[in-house]
Amino acid sequence: MAENFEQHSDISAADLARLSQEAQAEATPSTAKIIWSEFKADRPAMAALFIIVGFIVFVMVGALFINTPKMMETNIMAYFNQPFTPEFWLGADSGGRSVAKQLIVGSRNSIGIAIGLTIISSTFGICWGLISGYFNGYIDWGMQRVYDFMMMLPMTMMIIVLVTIIPHYNSVTLTFIFSIFYWEGTSRLIRSRTLAEAEKDYVAASRTSGTSHWKIIFREIMPNISSLIIVDCTLSFAENIGVETGLSYLGFGLPSQTPSLGTMISNANDPNNITQYWWTWLPAALEIIILCLAISYVGQVLRRAADASQRQGAAD
Amino acid sequence: MWKTILRRFLIMIPEVIILSLLVFLLAKAMPGDPFTGSINPKADPQQIKHLMRMNGLYDPWYQQYWNWVVHLFHGNLGNSYQYQEPVTRLIEGRAGNTLWLALFTMILTYVFALPMGVFAGRHEGKLPDTIIRVYTYVTYCIPFFVILVIGIWIFGYVLGWFPTTGSISSDATGWLHTVGSRFYHILLPGLLGALFGTVNIVQYLRSEVIDAKHSDYVRTARSKGVPNRDIYLHHIFRNSLLPIAAFAGYSITGLLNGSIFTETVFSYPGMGLLFVNSISYRDYTVITALVLIYGILNLLGTLLSDIILSIVDPRIRIE
Repeated sequence: MAENFEQHSDISAADLARLSQEAQAEATPSTAKIIWSEFKADRPAMAALFIIVGFIVFVMVGALFINTPKMMETNIMAYFNQPFTPEFWLGADSGGRSVAKQLIVGSRNSIGIAIGLTIISSTFGICWGLISGYFNGYIDWGMQRVYDFMMMLPMTMMIIVLVTIIPHYNSVTLTFIFSIFYWEGTSRLIRSRTLAEAEKDYVAASRTSGTSHWKIIFREIMPNISSLIIVDCTLSFAENIGVETGLSYLGFGLPSQTPSLGTMISNANDPNNITQYWWTWLPAALEIIILCLAISYVGQVLRRAADASQRQGAAD
Repeated sequence: MWKTILRRFLIMIPEVIILSLLVFLLAKAMPGDPFTGSINPKADPQQIKHLMRMNGLYDPWYQQYWNWVVHLFHGNLGNSYQYQEPVTRLIEGRAGNTLWLALFTMILTYVFALPMGVFAGRHEGKLPDTIIRVYTYVTYCIPFFVILVIGIWIFGYVLGWFPTTGSISSDATGWLHTVGSRFYHILLPGLLGALFGTVNIVQYLRSEVIDAKHSDYVRTARSKGVPNRDIYLHHIFRNSLLPIAAFAGYSITGLLNGSIFTETVFSYPGMGLLFVNSISYRDYTVITALVLIYGILNLLGTLLSDIILSIVDPRIRIE
């Protein structure tokens, strides 16, 4: 029939191939394209995305130009300097240290840890969920018991205990400690989707034709749930910002000489600071709120892009 | 049914054993010893060694673990080095505060979340639904400790409506006054916890209501001429009440884990604050006891939820 068609039409074979390729691309747009059109349809989401990316780039680059040990030196002359002065944009804290500079370096540290935590814990959680969901039976049962046990542990307490045990910790060890406890949510989500996916025909067909288990899991199932993975990573990134800052706030995260958004908020533990010297802690608190809201907003848009029935931008 | 519950209990036993072992070993691995500096800065090192031997701190770890477990079953959790009193008594005095706060927060959460969930489901896709969705989304993604700090700043310090520290005012006398003062102290943390913890219940209830709206029994009720209000109140809401109640277990678990932050921000003398203080003093006996208690409470919370859910929904019973 195709031959027949070629004979009777005046479209050349090359044109036909190109056109059918275009039609194919239009009918099944790539994930990146869907996400992009979703962002184009939602202006606030676009703004949120630019705020996040711009802010992260700003603090990462800005922190390079700040000499941290020098910044953390006590400067008694600037004791609780008022904010909005040329030298101290956001004032100074009880040690005369510039709040604005601490905010930049602190954001770099906190966001860096949140990114690291998201990468490590999500990778682990995704692998755990895929394997547990794919190999039904004893493997799944065993992995589920480990999961149950981890869920039972009082997370915050365990992290605090581990942090006190390790004598010299830095942001890298801290990220690993957090990762031990923050993979469960991802693994649960991925497992439930993998369970459904593993029963589909393409998996059975692939297995019958002799594809190895690992190839099925990571080359066939994982790409099929990739949109879910992208959404989950974004949302857990927003959550993970709260993890490190929360523990630093309690005094068990980054050491006090390393500025973090959490340690800055812990300035508010002093009744004098919280009322009179609001600039020592409020900017950090507001920054966390705005950042978390913006990131999860982007996450919501990605979730819409992943679910064809909710899309707003792909209609055209 | 009973088989499910029994199985669930049997799974718990190894979990508790592993938890106790883990907790014990972690406490052993913590640096420093509880005696140096706590008795007298000039104490003879020889004397400290003697004290440690007396307390069995030089025994092999399995021996120490066994002693600890035996004592545990006698209700003896050891002495706190920091406060020089039995850990059981120390925790007894704090546990009430923490549990009251958690219970109060949970009740308030349900009070806020139930009407919101039904309302959002009833007006699916319309303005009220959108508002509630935005509200739950905003409250969900802000880290809770930031909310606590800003809350205590606005309502505790700037406006001065609520106390900012403690669990009871020092001049409270008489039964009524004492209870009133206690209630006053948990009001702000409870309100903040409830207003910012509704997301799970609201989302679940909303989807339940939306599902139920299109089900046959609701259509039947409607064709019988039952008023709309009664359909939501007596048919839909009552039907989804039990699975919602099952959230109570999980929600208690979450609240207990959050208590460390709540109690630190509000200087509220409960178990979470005790834990934070004990960590800085390396008070092992208290730390191990608290981690163990929190772990077991978590376990019981999930157990409760699982049992309720398995009663409600036969599909999740273990075969």
